[in-house]
Amino acid sequence: MIYEFDWSSIPGALPFLWQGMKVTLEITATAIAVGIVWGTLLAMMRLSSVPVLSWFAAGYVNLFRSIPLLMVLLWFFLIVPRLLENVLGFPPGSDMRLSSAMIGFALFESAYYSEIIRAGIQSVPKGQIAAAYALGMSYGQAMRLVVLPQAFRNMIPLLLTQAIILFQDTSLVYVSALADFFGAAYKVGDRDGRLVELLLFAGAVYFVICFSASLLVKYFRKRAGA
Amino acid sequence: MSYAWHWEVFLQPAASGDATYLGWMLAGLEMTVALSLSAWIMALAFGALAGVLRTVPNRFLSGLAAVYVEVFRNIPLLVQLFIWYFVLPELLPPAWGNAFKQMNPVAQQFIAAVVCLGFFTSARVCEQVRSGIESLPRGQKNAGLALGLTLPQTYRHVMLPMAFRLIVPPLTSEFLNIFKNSAVASTIGLLELAAQGRQLVDYTAQPYESFIAVTLFYMLINVVVMTAMRKVERKAQVPGYLGSK
Repeated sequence: MIYEFDWSSIPGALPFLWQGMKVTLEITATAIAVGIVWGTLLAMMRLSSVPVLSWFAAGYVNLFRSIPLLMVLLWFFLIVPRLLENVLGFPPGSDMRLSSAMIGFALFESAYYSEIIRAGIQSVPKGQIAAAYALGMSYGQAMRLVVLPQAFRNMIPLLLTQAIILFQDTSLVYVSALADFFGAAYKVGDRDGRLVELLLFAGAVYFVICFSASLLVKYFRKRAGA
Repeated sequence: MSYAWHWEVFLQPAASGDATYLGWMLAGLEMTVALSLSAWIMALAFGALAGVLRTVPNRFLSGLAAVYVEVFRNIPLLVQLFIWYFVLPELLPPAWGNAFKQMNPVAQQFIAAVVCLGFFTSARVCEQVRSGIESLPRGQKNAGLALGLTLPQTYRHVMLPMAFRLIVPPLTSEFLNIFKNSAVASTIGLLELAAQGRQLVDYTAQPYESFIAVTLFYMLINVVVMTAMRKVERKAQVPGYLGSK
């Protein structure tokens, strides 16, 4: 091996990298929370008997699932801020990258979450809804008290797996030069001329986090099966 | 909002002089398709190999394949791409690293992107192949062995032909993903569809048209791939299995 590793720029950069990790986690958490709520609504619309609602949900989900996440993020970094400046009169040049990233991820992920949740709702036996109606519950009550709790229990492993994918995907905010964990690692590596070490370090950190999380998912799956 | 729409901008000669902006976009589309198809071939080959290894009765080999899958699945695609593109040439023997760095920059970006997408997707293909093989009734393997076939022969003539037919639908979605994931290659400067879109925003000052066009091109790819794969799926269906007519 001819290349001489020099890891000395990492310890000093740890606070900065931690700041980046906080941005990553913030985006991930927002996208998961909004994605699940909006995804649930989309799934219910998709399954509803009102044609307009189910067409809207189907169109939304198919649109977001057919374009790359990177493209969605570019829309939200380059195009949407201009639109807001023009239409709502936002002051030009205001830094909306973090909120843009959060909204972009949330809207994109909710399309994927809604497909998971739709499958989850459909996995609940029809008799459950019939029983809820027979007890005099309204649609809202039947969904909230009977169907969704069971659906979500079945979906936990899939939702967590999607969360791991989402956590990895947040690295794509790199295209907006927002300093998330990966962006921070890249900046430090670029500054110190130690890109090799910093990229390998970033890869290792992502690996440890995602691998541990996937072991957790496996544990949940086993427990649910037992 | 007073925005002047100029869709005709695509027909104007581009800054490079030898093409229109539409030509740029088609060049990007071509790059996206070439990149995705090359990476897909690689992903199928490596994924099938790793998927078989994952199921063989040899703990060392199946463990090795499991490590392979976990490594490529648990590191973000962007990080993997940067490692292939920026890190690996430094760690290779200097002669190889220099040979890579002296190549035409587009070739460097293209090779790094194909290798990255290929390995990344192969880990997913591997898991599909494994689940396909594991979903076969155990009797198939035993019957093959009882007929006097060796284990490799049983894989080749009995299990793999069946497994591949069963996993066509999940492979379709991986195939769609590879086109979408190829957009990541724009971050190392490869001028594929998404990168051309960004470039068009700078050159034409018509951001909405450029982005709408790129988005439509991605949707078009999606529709074409989906239609083609439907046909393949119908051909590959195994009579008597769930989902077949």
